Amino acid sequence: MNISTENRNGRTILSLKEERLDAHNSGELKDYILKLLEDGHTRLVIDLSGVRFIDSSGLGALLSGYKNASLRSGSFVLAGLQPRVQSMFELTRLHRVFDIYPSLGEVPSSN
Amino acid sequence: MGGETDIINVEIVVPNQTRYLSLIGNIAEQVAKTLDVYTGDRDALAYHLNLVLTEAMVNAIQHAAPGDANETVRVCMRIRDKDLRIYVYDHGQGFDLNAVPPPNLDALNERGRGIFFMRTFMDWVSYRKADNGNVLEMYKRLA
Repeated sequence: MNISTENRNGRTILSLKEERLDAHNSGELKDYILKLLEDGHTRLVIDLSGVRFIDSSGLGALLSGYKNASLRSGSFVLAGLQPRVQSMFELTRLHRVFDIYPSLGEVPSSN
Repeated sequence: MGGETDIINVEIVVPNQTRYLSLIGNIAEQVAKTLDVYTGDRDALAYHLNLVLTEAMVNAIQHAAPGDANETVRVCMRIRDKDLRIYVYDHGQGFDLNAVPPPNLDALNERGRGIFFMRTFMDWVSYRKADNGNVLEMYKRLA
């Protein structure tokens, strides 16, 4: 899976460079997030602006990241969801679980 | 031209590997975009067919013989006028679809939303024995 990572304003930003987040690459994303958390990067932002399709396993990988960040008293924020991707979060009510910002630029700095 | 019967049959056979999900999903999207008979939001329909086919194919991969490189998944889309039927065949042990409960959306389970998506975006979903294996059938009236 093509992911770029950078540290900005106290947060680690993962930008997914894939059009699809599905059962083919969601396991890799889940492992990647877990490794970052284990390495002490506990304030994560997932930039989904490039993702135009997400399936149930993609949602599951993000939920795994959210739960594992919470266990470490970290934060797990999503940004840049395209409308149809956003609608999948709404249908499954996960938009009430995640902190979601319209774009990376609107994610507040971490204290 | 009005009055004619629109018939589309698409059949695809791919190895039972997740790397083919995007191929199947993209074909479903392209088919959806040609459906003049559908008066709703065709872009939304395209996403939803991509999604239900992706979920159905993952289901077939998971239920097929694991690790068998020769194992395949067969997908058929059949459209006749406003009737859309999707068939996904696997050669595995199968499972009882009726025993799969609706997900508890307030629980943060990482799994269990795939069949929910199929049931949400299609009019009905069934799973039964067929052709030395099983077939997952989904129907949607394109109204």
